[in-house]
Amino acid sequence: MRKLAVSAVIIGVFAFYSLMHGRANPASPSAVLPRPTTGSSGTPTATDAGGVTNPTAASGPVYKNGTYVGNVSDAQWGYVQVKAVIQGGKIANVQWMQYPSDRQRSVEINSYADPQLTTEAIQAQSAQVDIVTGATDSSIAFMESLGNALSQAQA
Amino acid sequence: MIKETRLLMGMPITVAVEDRGATQDDLESVYAYFVLVDERFSTYQASSEISRINRGELAPEQYSEEMRTVLALSEQTKRDTHGYFDIMRDGRYDPSGIVKGWAVHNAAQLLEARGFRNFYVDAGGDVQVCGKKDGQLWRIGVRNPFNRKEHVKVLLLTDCGVATSGTAVRGQHIYDPHHPSVRLVDVVSITIIGPDVFEADRFATAAFAMGRKGIQFIEELSGFEGYMIDAQARATYTSGFERYVLRP
Repeated sequence: MRKLAVSAVIIGVFAFYSLMHGRANPASPSAVLPRPTTGSSGTPTATDAGGVTNPTAASGPVYKNGTYVGNVSDAQWGYVQVKAVIQGGKIANVQWMQYPSDRQRSVEINSYADPQLTTEAIQAQSAQVDIVTGATDSSIAFMESLGNALSQAQA
Repeated sequence: MIKETRLLMGMPITVAVEDRGATQDDLESVYAYFVLVDERFSTYQASSEISRINRGELAPEQYSEEMRTVLALSEQTKRDTHGYFDIMRDGRYDPSGIVKGWAVHNAAQLLEARGFRNFYVDAGGDVQVCGKKDGQLWRIGVRNPFNRKEHVKVLLLTDCGVATSGTAVRGQHIYDPHHPSVRLVDVVSITIIGPDVFEADRFATAAFAMGRKGIQFIEELSGFEGYMIDAQARATYTSGFERYVLRP
């Protein structure tokens, strides 16, 4: 249950970030994103899970206090909208205002299949493998470069 | 177990056979097949059949049987994916989005015809797994696109195909045919599990070209599961995906 809550917070923070980043509103906080809070159980978050590079996460809380409602974002299989509460310059809470699991909305978008998509922050898994699937090397290089550019863009 | 990796078609191709009795000769026959495919379909080789077609040197009735098959499969895939899969760009054919999976599938059938049941063929991350390894399911790692030394999921698979499409794969050959000038950066990679590697590969390519809609397209496709990673390091996966995932 706690794991679930932590995941929800992580997803919320990401969604909040993309919404804020996407709407280019001068009134919205444009500074870096604080690290998502970790549950007391020490459940790893996306930022510290075995060194998974997370281009959106950085430290340094510089938000203005208040409550910010993100715009409605089309997640293709439904709409997402979140509200963020900033206290002491940090994200104190992220609440869902709209989520794709909202049945009515989902049914509208997709009438012939029950949408069951799940979202999570990626985490490294350390088990031994026989084979690896992934985009080929030039793509990896491109993404590592993009990840680096994204992290610089937040500084 | 006999296993080898060679660089062919611009990527590492690994063939591994678990069954007793597999010899170097078996591996050679598979690699010889890939060399033939490359000679026919490589857009990087001026002498290939596809290059000759693109230069207008061959009339359709002169096309080889294999070329007709690949063009027909491409046309079929274009229909199956609402036009998101298209090998025609700027008036030239680039069938690399379908040839890889098709060739790996055929290579696997070649091994099957030689009597083998437990093996895999992996061409640049497009994989056909058959049977098992030491009685266990094959373990396939989904590479972290932000850190190539890590994997973000471990899949337990047998008798199926898995393929991943990503941004700028070998010089941006994946693009949205409906908006050719728009670079696809929001979705970083999409991994598809399908009934075989040919099916997984063609739908991975098409789903990637669909952007964020791609994963929903896979959700609605029976017999397929998918795992999409976006530029914010979030993953979105289909309802049946988790049953293939090794519990951490």
